Amino acid sequence: MKVLVTVKEVAEVEDDFEIEGTEIGPQYLNYDLNEWDDYAVEEGVQVGENVDDAEVVAVTIGPERSEETIRMALAKGADRAVRVWDEALEDVDLLDVGAKVRLLEAVVEEEDPDLVLSGVQAGDDAFGATGVALADAIDFEWAAVVNHLGLDVDEGVAHVHRELEGGVDEVTDVETPAVLTIQTGINEPRYASLRGIRQAQSKEIAPKDLSDLGLSAEDIESDLRLTDMYEPETESDATYFEGGPEETAGQLADLLRDTGVAE
Amino acid sequence: MTDVLAVAEHRRGDLRDVSFEVITAGRELADEAGGDLHLAVVGGDVDGFAERLNREGVDRIHTVDEGEEFNHDVYAQALTQLCDEVDAGYVLTPNSVNGLDYAPAVSNALGLPIVTDVIELDAGGDGLVATREMYGSKVETTTELDADRAVITVRGAEWPPTEGSGDAEVSAFDADIDESAVRSTVTGFQEAGGGDVDISEADVLVSVGRGIEEEENIGLVRDLANALDATLSASRPIVDNDWLPKNRQVGQSGKVVTPDVYIAIGISGAVQHVAGMKGSDTIVAINTDPNAPIFDLADYGIVDDLFDVMPALIEEFE
Ligand SMILES: Cc1cc2nc3c(=O)[nH]c(=O)nc-3n(C[C@H](O)[C@H](O)[C@H](O)COP(=O)(O)OP(=O)(O)OC[C@H]3O[C@@H](n4cnc5c(N)ncnc54)[C@H](O)[C@@H]3O)c2cc1C
Ligand SMILES: Nc1ncnc2c1ncn2[C@@H]1O[C@H](COP(=O)(O)O)[C@@H](O)[C@H]1O
Repeated sequence: MKVLVTVKEVAEVEDDFEIEGTEIGPQYLNYDLNEWDDYAVEEGVQVGENVDDAEVVAVTIGPERSEETIRMALAKGADRAVRVWDEALEDVDLLDVGAKVRLLEAVVEEEDPDLVLSGVQAGDDAFGATGVALADAIDFEWAAVVNHLGLDVDEGVAHVHRELEGGVDEVTDVETPAVLTIQTGINEPRYASLRGIRQAQSKEIAPKDLSDLGLSAEDIESDLRLTDMYEPETESDATYFEGGPEETAGQLADLLRDTGVAE
Repeated sequence: MTDVLAVAEHRRGDLRDVSFEVITAGRELADEAGGDLHLAVVGGDVDGFAERLNREGVDRIHTVDEGEEFNHDVYAQALTQLCDEVDAGYVLTPNSVNGLDYAPAVSNALGLPIVTDVIELDAGGDGLVATREMYGSKVETTTELDADRAVITVRGAEWPPTEGSGDAEVSAFDADIDESAVRSTVTGFQEAGGGDVDISEADVLVSVGRGIEEEENIGLVRDLANALDATLSASRPIVDNDWLPKNRQVGQSGKVVTPDVYIAIGISGAVQHVAGMKGSDTIVAINTDPNAPIFDLADYGIVDDLFDVMPALIEEFE
């Protein structure tokens, strides 16, 4: 049994930032493992712990900097990692879903997994589409926004809950091999232990470029082009309480008394 | 001239509101692209749904009588075939949990680019320009499509629901569903939550988000809720961490609340959270980030550290 977990290193923006062209100034960005992928890694590692002879492989498409992030997946228990990158990707400012799917499809062909876990969405550009598009490309079954997974390896069925709107779960049986997009809260992601972090240093991260994957620059041509980025005009017509904490708290308390919320 | 194929959404026998929003967005897009608006409704009581979906702006309604509930394999196959049949350039679906369960598959099957969670569309110039948010609503971006065909998912509540009655031609589309490729089965539904409190009944909600940092600090917010005789609620990460039970979650996948007063403490105001609380009468936000999207909705704001403001606020009521 092999589980492939797709992970992305995402950028988080500081409170104060500036936009340069169609990008946020690099000095305002902090990189981290995508929140949703953290849960996907944990789910993959748990599957690995419960199934005999399981291997958990993490894959990322990202520049050298993202080795740090994929090492986090290794430190949390993934057995091995693949990092896809190519010079041709350097200048692409928006790698669209189609391009990502072509890259991941090539990795799936090499790895031949039984289960692929991705996150529901990447916290930065938030397409929320890569997992399901990949499933169609590799002819796997799939389920989006999974917040519960019970895997029956012998039957080849994943019993999942899909989290719909309004606090309702859809209960679904999905035949494997499958791609599941993992929702936050499905489990409790572990912290990497010191031992895990040490072990991760010696685990393999296989670098793959386009030619390693049998692809060419055409395959990553994106149909989407980012043409502008700006701070949304604030629609705020809020009354701001000013001053130190005592003053602002005092004003808010007055408001709450005036409106009858408090006495 | 490019036609648009919009897709309605229903669950457990009811059309969802987004169905009427996607008609509005689809009509706008069809007008700009100089084409017709087709609307697909797949599964359930398709004839009854078609009658209710026959609103102003829809040119043709295609019913696909396959199954009762949503099944993504059926949706993906039927819509791929229908898109080919009517030769639509743009496929428009809600950016809902189910939308995201079939739209990417349709895009891949048709070999079309996909752009999701769109808040504005402009097909007036050459090609299509989609406006979307990135980095948790901190920035907006415009994306140009080089292709003249695409799959697009639109964010809920960005377009008003279409109102007037229409005179669309309704026809049944006989999709050729390959049953061997239907490899998932919906076996039921389960209500999450339940439990001791119903936050949607509360008049005053004190709501806590990730800004609280640690489980131990929840006490600070609880103390305020107690002092105000208010109910404690939370954004999703607090519930994901098991710091508060699921029935306290406000938002798209939690509860929709409409209290008289909603006090958001250390909550950024992500779209999925806002979906659950924007109907509150008076919204107060306490957040260190002056650009946090929650302030767009707030009636009153304090831009400061909650760890400084909360103790002072609690003291006010002691
Ligand atoms: C399919 C789907 C469904 C979802 N459903 C829901 C849902 O139902 N409900 C929901 O809430 N979310 C939901 N989400 C998640 C949502 O996208 C956000 O991730 C979430 O709402 C963020 O919660 P937050 O505002 O508490 O955290 P963050 O976005 O991390 O914001 C924390 C805020 O705290 C502020 N802060 C930090 N420190 C301090 C301090 N000391 N003092 C004051 N302020 C501080 C920060 O400036 C920041 O604005 C869903 C997501 C998906 C993809
Ligand atoms: N660059 C990437 N490398 C590896 N996986 C990715 C990448 N981008 C997206 N994914 C996966 O696809 C999921 C959804 O991303 P998206 O469709 O971009 O919102 C993420 O949670 C990841 O699991």
